[in-house]
Amino acid sequence: MNFLDFEKPIAELEGKIEELRHLSDSDEINIAEEINRLQLKVDKLLRATYSKLSPWQKSQVARHPDRPHLSDYIARLVSDFTPLAGDRSFADDKAIIGGLGRFRGQSVMVIGHEKGHDTESRVLHNFGMAKPEGYRKARRLMEMADHFRIPVLTLVDTAGAYPGVDAEARGQAEAIARSIETCLDIRVPLISVIIGEGGSGGAIALAAGNVVLMLEHAIYSVISPEGCASILWRSGDAAKDAAEALRLTAQDLHALEVIDEIVPEPLGGAHRNPEVTISTLGDHIERSLKTLCLIEGGVLRARRREKFLAMGKVGLS
Amino acid sequence: MNWLTNFVRPKIQRLVRPREVPENLWDKCPQCGHMIFHRDLAKTLSVCPHCDHHMRLEVKARLASLFDGGQYQRIELPKSVVDPLKFRDSKRYVDRLRDSQAKTSEQDAIVVAHGKIGGTNTVIAAFNFAFMGGSMGMAVGDGIVAAAELAILQDAALILIPASGGARMQEGILSLMQMARTTVAVDKVKEKGLPYIVLLTDPTTGGVSASFAMLGDIHISEPGAVIGFAGARVIETTIREKLPDGFQRAEYLLEHGMVDMVVHRHKLPETLATLLGLLRHRGPAGQVLSLPVDIPDSFETDTGD
Repeated sequence: MNFLDFEKPIAELEGKIEELRHLSDSDEINIAEEINRLQLKVDKLLRATYSKLSPWQKSQVARHPDRPHLSDYIARLVSDFTPLAGDRSFADDKAIIGGLGRFRGQSVMVIGHEKGHDTESRVLHNFGMAKPEGYRKARRLMEMADHFRIPVLTLVDTAGAYPGVDAEARGQAEAIARSIETCLDIRVPLISVIIGEGGSGGAIALAAGNVVLMLEHAIYSVISPEGCASILWRSGDAAKDAAEALRLTAQDLHALEVIDEIVPEPLGGAHRNPEVTISTLGDHIERSLKTLCLIEGGVLRARRREKFLAMGKVGLS
Repeated sequence: MNWLTNFVRPKIQRLVRPREVPENLWDKCPQCGHMIFHRDLAKTLSVCPHCDHHMRLEVKARLASLFDGGQYQRIELPKSVVDPLKFRDSKRYVDRLRDSQAKTSEQDAIVVAHGKIGGTNTVIAAFNFAFMGGSMGMAVGDGIVAAAELAILQDAALILIPASGGARMQEGILSLMQMARTTVAVDKVKEKGLPYIVLLTDPTTGGVSASFAMLGDIHISEPGAVIGFAGARVIETTIREKLPDGFQRAEYLLEHGMVDMVVHRHKLPETLATLLGLLRHRGPAGQVLSLPVDIPDSFETDTGD
């Protein structure tokens, strides 16, 4: 388990528990009791810490290396998953994965960012930062889903679209714009979930959905706290301040009505219990999907457009 | 001289030459060079048991391998115009046609059949590479049009399996026109909301690749298949450069965004069944979408701009 800076006291306690567990072979009953006592303490500490995470702490949790990623969600929630590749013009971008599968009995098109879980897979998936071909693939798959009247599920987890010369040369901006346009144009249910980091244009390219869900400790912002700090504070060290100012937490975004629902994470964050996180999200998705599937395609499209047109009418109190 | 070389000499040679062992009992894998007994090769669907190289698969074996339980019905194809240009190169086109017909016992380079894949009604039009390199002329175009119409009639999915060098030169401009004709045919299927899957096999090049074969909802390729527009030799002589390894192979196309997946021949039935299941049997919620629902006044329902 990787511990974050602010989790140090928790890490120490859990270290102790681990030590005691190793000792517990020497059948002393006291040890079990001690472990229980410490575990309660850990839970209490976790509850206290995670109930009032600062926006900067949330940014760290949202990027936690052990946090479940797209492929984990697909593995647990989608059967018969058949990945589809390529933008039909330049390349297959592995930062965005998409394909057909069955979610609780219903055919769905799943599209999302994959960050990778170790050095090799992170490089393969370009750390979840997509190039134009990634957004063009997403667009193609959304259009395919629309054509076959299959609901679309997008899972967003990216620091942002890839900033690079080659990406610009191939029209990164155009690719993102078309992807947003397609999100807003399709006549099938589109459910978007911010599962970790919702980084800027690279995120909204997949997230203009009928329903936008967000995990409790995920973040969603126009720019990363670091990027904002270096531009407005002229110092990357001010990332903490920028995180506060940007209002990037699920709670703030819910108040702003940018997102529709907050999906609770288990005690101590998604990374402490991926299974529960994933199945909870599955329940939320299923509920939204059932409602949306009852609505005619043209109405779905109109409502989605109305919803995004109305964005910003609600301020924070 | 012609009569002597073409007719008399082979006859004499046939008399003089010793009788040969029956051919085709053993095939040599072009990749690893192993000799493979023909029955073994039939069992593996022409995939080399030593190096997994996918050799070309005979069209009937292909159809039997894809349809559920190997069960399918072929449809009779319409009579097409024969040799519209009265074409002749070193040989008359009608003679070439006759030779290929004799060799393959087929009328032309395409076979259309229907049956079920994973329980889903499916029409397949498969190219026969053994027939003049699977080249596309009027008859092949007619076959594809017929397959598309059949898919629409049966409310079935359409799978096209090209194995073709491209357009049939002997039919000149009319073979070029098949690119447009087949495009209309497959678009009609797509307009009906029926799945159109292309299974790219070795080779898919020229006018075939540059028309219906690149217009599928989903593109599946067999490993190592050559897929491209211009032939590698033509490109090499034009740019005067050596081409990279694996150029125009299925894996190269996957990397370059042109195909959705490269699938082992033995996994094809399963993959197709899954895909067709997902596209055609969408589950309870998917069905509801088609029902008319009262549209609230507050929502505009423009039909798109």
